[in-house]
Amino acid sequence: MALLDIEKLQIEFTNRHGKLVAIDQVSLSLNKGEILGVVGESGAGKSTIGNAVIGLLEHPGKMTGGSVRLDGQRIDELPRHEFREVRGRRIGMIFQDPLTSLDPLQTIESQLIETMQVHLGLSMHQARQRAVELLDSVGIEDAAMRLQQYPHQFSGGMRQRVVIALALCCEPEVIIADEPTTALDVSIQAQILDLLRKLCKEKQVGMIIITHDMGVIAEITDRVAVLYRGKLVEEGTTAKILGSPDHPYTKSLISAVPRSDVKLRRFPMVTYIEDVLAPTKKEFDVATHWLGQERDFGQHKQTPLLQVQDLGMRFILRNAFLKKNRVILDAVKNVSFSIREGEVFGLVGESGSGKSTIARLIAGLYKANQGSVIFDDTNVSSLKDERRLNAFRRQIQMVFQDPFSSLNPRMRILDIVAEPIRFHKLTANETQTREIVGDLLDYVGLGSQALKRFPHEFSGGQRQRICIARALATRPRFLICDEPTSALDVSIQAQILNLLKDLQEKLHLTILFISHDLPVIRQMCDRVGVLRHGELLEVADTETLFSNPRHDYTKHLLSLMPTMHHLSREGLELEHA
Amino acid sequence: MATSTFSRIRDSDLYYSFTHSPAAMISALVALLIFLGAVFAPLVAPHNPFDLASVDLLNANLPPAWLPDGMREFLLGTDDQGRGILSTVLYGSRLSLLVGFASVIFSLIVGVSLGLISGYAGGRIDSLIMRIADVQLSFPAILIALLIDGVARGLLPRDMQDRMAIYVLVFAIGISGWVQYARTVRGATMVERNKEYVQAARLIGMRPFTVLRRHILPNVLGPVLVIATIHLAVAIITEATLSFLGVGISPTTPSLGTLIRIGSNYLFSGEWWITIFPGIALVLLALSVNLLGDWLRDALNPKLR
Repeated sequence: MALLDIEKLQIEFTNRHGKLVAIDQVSLSLNKGEILGVVGESGAGKSTIGNAVIGLLEHPGKMTGGSVRLDGQRIDELPRHEFREVRGRRIGMIFQDPLTSLDPLQTIESQLIETMQVHLGLSMHQARQRAVELLDSVGIEDAAMRLQQYPHQFSGGMRQRVVIALALCCEPEVIIADEPTTALDVSIQAQILDLLRKLCKEKQVGMIIITHDMGVIAEITDRVAVLYRGKLVEEGTTAKILGSPDHPYTKSLISAVPRSDVKLRRFPMVTYIEDVLAPTKKEFDVATHWLGQERDFGQHKQTPLLQVQDLGMRFILRNAFLKKNRVILDAVKNVSFSIREGEVFGLVGESGSGKSTIARLIAGLYKANQGSVIFDDTNVSSLKDERRLNAFRRQIQMVFQDPFSSLNPRMRILDIVAEPIRFHKLTANETQTREIVGDLLDYVGLGSQALKRFPHEFSGGQRQRICIARALATRPRFLICDEPTSALDVSIQAQILNLLKDLQEKLHLTILFISHDLPVIRQMCDRVGVLRHGELLEVADTETLFSNPRHDYTKHLLSLMPTMHHLSREGLELEHA
Repeated sequence: MATSTFSRIRDSDLYYSFTHSPAAMISALVALLIFLGAVFAPLVAPHNPFDLASVDLLNANLPPAWLPDGMREFLLGTDDQGRGILSTVLYGSRLSLLVGFASVIFSLIVGVSLGLISGYAGGRIDSLIMRIADVQLSFPAILIALLIDGVARGLLPRDMQDRMAIYVLVFAIGISGWVQYARTVRGATMVERNKEYVQAARLIGMRPFTVLRRHILPNVLGPVLVIATIHLAVAIITEATLSFLGVGISPTTPSLGTLIRIGSNYLFSGEWWITIFPGIALVLLALSVNLLGDWLRDALNPKLR
């Protein structure tokens, strides 16, 4: 008999627009000491399953069928007060965001001890002793002292360790981890996953790990269940699912994962996603179309298109009258690099490394404290004349990270994309503007029926396409992509990356591509710069960097990438293989 | 699907929440009735109380029609000059609403502009505007309105005072209320300013003023709408208070406040209707507008949904 048995689970959400079946007849089982991965993209219903098992399904969600059994005992029908006994005591939960899953007003000690007193009936002294042991076991040094501290005194990774300790403190039989490492940096992610796997095996706890990340799945799970729109499409051992998947959805999902070990020419077309509204896009002859005209290039130049020299930017975190009292952050320190025409240059680094600041300095959104940005042999950072500055602004455009805040919610798509054209008066009349906006939307795969709609009617991937269309509307030469896909699901990421590759090829764009994700960088970039704490540590050709890193930090980053060699390579086209 | 404005409204969450809130619908109905009655007062009212030819002193102090001595012609009775109370209330709410709307629009324009500038510019300009707002907030609004009203009366020549009374009142009430708008808009602007669509607009070279007008303004108007609705009720009451204290609109063209003041003199001599009916009208108006504002605040706040 399995430890946890979910049978024909059916969950529905009712609202005024009707009924939505979030989970449709899903059956899963979990054994002692086993790690089961539940993988799927947003909207697949992964978190809903976790919440249903632990009894935290919120209104208007409702379980309308099926059963959940723990050790043979049916738990989904238990009355509230009995369920509370199960939750926490027999099933532990680890949430995504360690910043919000601890009570900021209580010490770690009181949070741990309270839980143990409630569920285990330990005395104060016993509980404290156990708390120290627990913190030790999740790898927190100086446990006795750290116990007295408040959550804000711990870093993100440390906090997630505390959350794990909290989930473990009553020796639960099952742990549900909902995206436990998504909010953490890569280096910390690897440690946390190691810890989870070790604890699971040692204490013979069954664990369900809910994630969208194939890397996490590959790293720690024994078995995988693949969810697609509330349905279980495939289940099996991790090696089987990743190595030779049967279901077409699993295949396309795996083929969309950016590889760290090989460079693909293009992601194979990801079927199964209905993100593209107009898949048959018209072929443009770029040379004759508006998009290809007056792009201010052609003359083959010897000098790089963009040179960044000795760039520095400091933020005053706390201002004060006296200089010595000011708190200053050097976000960018003496950074110099150059990008050739037609090249894709990557910047990689963990959060806070200054990647986005550099992007905004180049785009002219921030003013640099020192150094200069030289674009097309002109020092843009010292330009004062508004008209000449606008000419440069037109040539440098940007695609942002968050597709939900990068479009004005009160404007129609037509006006959003047409705004740069109208502002710079790039067309002869309004009719032409509309025609070109329609073409642009076609070009990014949206179709002109999108024109009259508002941003909220589109999904994240579609919004990102709109952002790309807007960026192209000034006919730029240079495109800055600031983590353009980090907010997207992997299959949609694959589509957007494909789109960017196509655009780069056809329009001969020069791209600065910023990401924290090394596999994505490997797929996209010709050359890469590695950033840490605002300093550029190393610049190298992508292939050289991945096969032969020079700087220790680069080596460290590379060693943290999840290994993906056992992922199926079905249908992949390798670059110059 | 390209949608017309009408069907967008019909499908909106706001419309849904409106049709599912009895309080909102009833108060909207009441407010609408008073509003229409006021706007179309010349058509609806049985008399024109300002037309001296139609006023007969013999009809003074008549009780409402259903009481003994009441005349059917004057449904709610008459005042000391023989004017029908129903007619004066209708004409009076016309003035009250006019002053209310005008002063709300005035504070809205001042407050929203200052809030936008303050939130977008930041730094010294922000500090300056917000300190002025803080100073003003430490006085009660009614005191500021009284002060402005008093100063204006002192400055204006006597013969202009009555003509200018309404403008002075609008200015006084308007100025006393801008701070709320400015603070709300400043906060919302600081949030919107950092969103990426604003950066995208700056990226194509738009000037701050254009960015504010085209991008930020439409996105900060939601909370402003709520404040404006609640402020309308406050402005109507403030006007009534000022008129009641005798510093508002002159008795020859009475607003609800003036009517209540005049009527209160007769309360103890038994002619209660002169003050009670304008009072009821004022309460109904303010209450329904306030309830509408409360509903709007809840409906627009996703956290409460």
